[in-house]
Amino acid sequence: MSKPLLGLLLALGAAAGLSAFSDRIDPYHLDVLIGLGINIILAVSLNLISGHTGQFSLGHAGFMAVGAYAAAAVTLFLGPRLIPDAAPGGFQENALFLGALLSAGLAAALAGLLVGIPSLRLRGDYLALVTLGFGEIIRVLLQNFEPLGGALGLNGIPPYTTVFWVVASAALAIYVVGCLVRSTYGLGFMAVRDDEIASSAVGIDPARYKVVAFVIGAFFAGIAGGLFGHFKMTITPSGFDFTRSIEIVVMVILGGLGNTFGVILAAILLTLLPEFLRPVAEYRLVLYAVLLVALMLLRPRGLFNFRLGRRVSSS
Amino acid sequence: MTELLQQLVNGLSLGAVYALIALGYTMIYGVLRFINFAHADVFMVGGFVGLYLAPHVPGGGTVLGGLLVLFGAMIGCALLGMGIERLAYRPLRGAPTLNVLITAIGVSLFLQAGGQLVFGAAPRPFPAVFPTGTITFGPLEFSTNQLLVIAVAGGLIVALELLVYRTRMGAALRAVSQNPKAARLMGINNDVVIRWTFALGSALAGAGGVLYAVNYPSVDPLMGVMPGLKAFVAAIVGGIGSIPGAALGGLLLGMVETVVAGSPYSTYKDAIAFALLIVFLLFRPAGILGRARVEKV
Repeated sequence: MSKPLLGLLLALGAAAGLSAFSDRIDPYHLDVLIGLGINIILAVSLNLISGHTGQFSLGHAGFMAVGAYAAAAVTLFLGPRLIPDAAPGGFQENALFLGALLSAGLAAALAGLLVGIPSLRLRGDYLALVTLGFGEIIRVLLQNFEPLGGALGLNGIPPYTTVFWVVASAALAIYVVGCLVRSTYGLGFMAVRDDEIASSAVGIDPARYKVVAFVIGAFFAGIAGGLFGHFKMTITPSGFDFTRSIEIVVMVILGGLGNTFGVILAAILLTLLPEFLRPVAEYRLVLYAVLLVALMLLRPRGLFNFRLGRRVSSS
Repeated sequence: MTELLQQLVNGLSLGAVYALIALGYTMIYGVLRFINFAHADVFMVGGFVGLYLAPHVPGGGTVLGGLLVLFGAMIGCALLGMGIERLAYRPLRGAPTLNVLITAIGVSLFLQAGGQLVFGAAPRPFPAVFPTGTITFGPLEFSTNQLLVIAVAGGLIVALELLVYRTRMGAALRAVSQNPKAARLMGINNDVVIRWTFALGSALAGAGGVLYAVNYPSVDPLMGVMPGLKAFVAAIVGGIGSIPGAALGGLLLGMVETVVAGSPYSTYKDAIAFALLIVFLLFRPAGILGRARVEKV
């Protein structure tokens, strides 16, 4: 059995173990853990787009919003019809949630495909703007779409998100992204990032790799959105705004673009930091900003760039 | 017909503000080739400088007093812009675009969050620094504010045009934006030009901030976000790097947005700008007046 697969199975086992003891864990710690897992999924999936493939995206919260709404729509509108009398926490309910998460991922992947197409023609800051525009358009569309609650959002989403689902999804996201970028196919992502012209000269189609990165990244962002909605039990379009996208970008930058391990560490750090800084919560955003600028000036390759494993090219 | 004309005048006064912000984006993009995300927040600071200056300026409520407030905000923002350039962007000269872009986002977040701490998060009413009243012209009604906004913005755009095309500094600016390396070889100090560009662009954003606040009439620390994004869209639509293009793009966007706001689809007005952006980037990335750049390997 390969090492990553073993890791995945261990993580899934740990998830099952954790959920068995979740009654005894302090609810506050449980909440933090769930938030942590969701942020890890978001950061790892954005890392595939921005870090490994080098396509700067400022609309990751948009994918998350698509996923959150798709999942909530499934459990709120389809759920009562499919399983009118499911026992809480039973098999039927979990099966429904799995279906909801999958549809969240697929809906977001479709959105990722839509955003990926402009990336065939645009690069750098222009692409960043398109993704930003996309995120804003999603938000405005959701605000005006009354069947999904309009500006007030959706309320009363069943609290299906448990520690098991979050840890399992995070493990799966890390596994899929990690294995993908280590595979022969995955080298193409990094080739596109390092030099588009050179990679197309050796027969790698940059356009296809970019779209694939957007679709897969969006898929996991959608799942994170679905988990988020069923964790908070209420979602509003304004919860998925530009600031949310920036938060995810900061995690990826802080961890080091293309450094999966560093990005996970950064996601953990940035989720826990506000919890410790609660007494000075109003300075959190200032701190974020200062951190971002200082990082770019002092450690432009990321805080957790310890040169673990393979050396990365210094471009 | 009357309503359409009325909407066009409203659009013109909104578009004039967009044009002022878009000019700063386009100038900075011209010399440094990156999107200065913090520009939108310099615009916000301009509004607040106006707010704090207004009670201390003699002749409040007259055209002269209003112009003094405007001038003060422009100076304040020019200093801020130069400071940002010196502290955040100059150390990154020659770094990958992505790093500069992220730094710009960081500076933008810093100004927003810092603004919320210093100025408070709640919107504050903006005093009437210009004389208020309405002028009727046949069936049309203009507020004097709108006319003043259009006139002041127009005057600033003409002044900028003169500065860029008639002065030595303007020639240096154009040289740096065409080819920074060759400009340096010709004895131009690029750092001075870039600093000057930031001062000029930020001053225009500050003027835009005061004019926007006068029209609105309130200021808050996040007020720059939306107009800033839209002004950037305007800069791209007009052709980034082109000064007349930015003015044209701003006016066009202001008109389109006002017309949409007056239609039954008014709630979509924020999305229109971005839809326009995506359409332009896909079909004419160089913008209306921009020239397509051929990339050489």
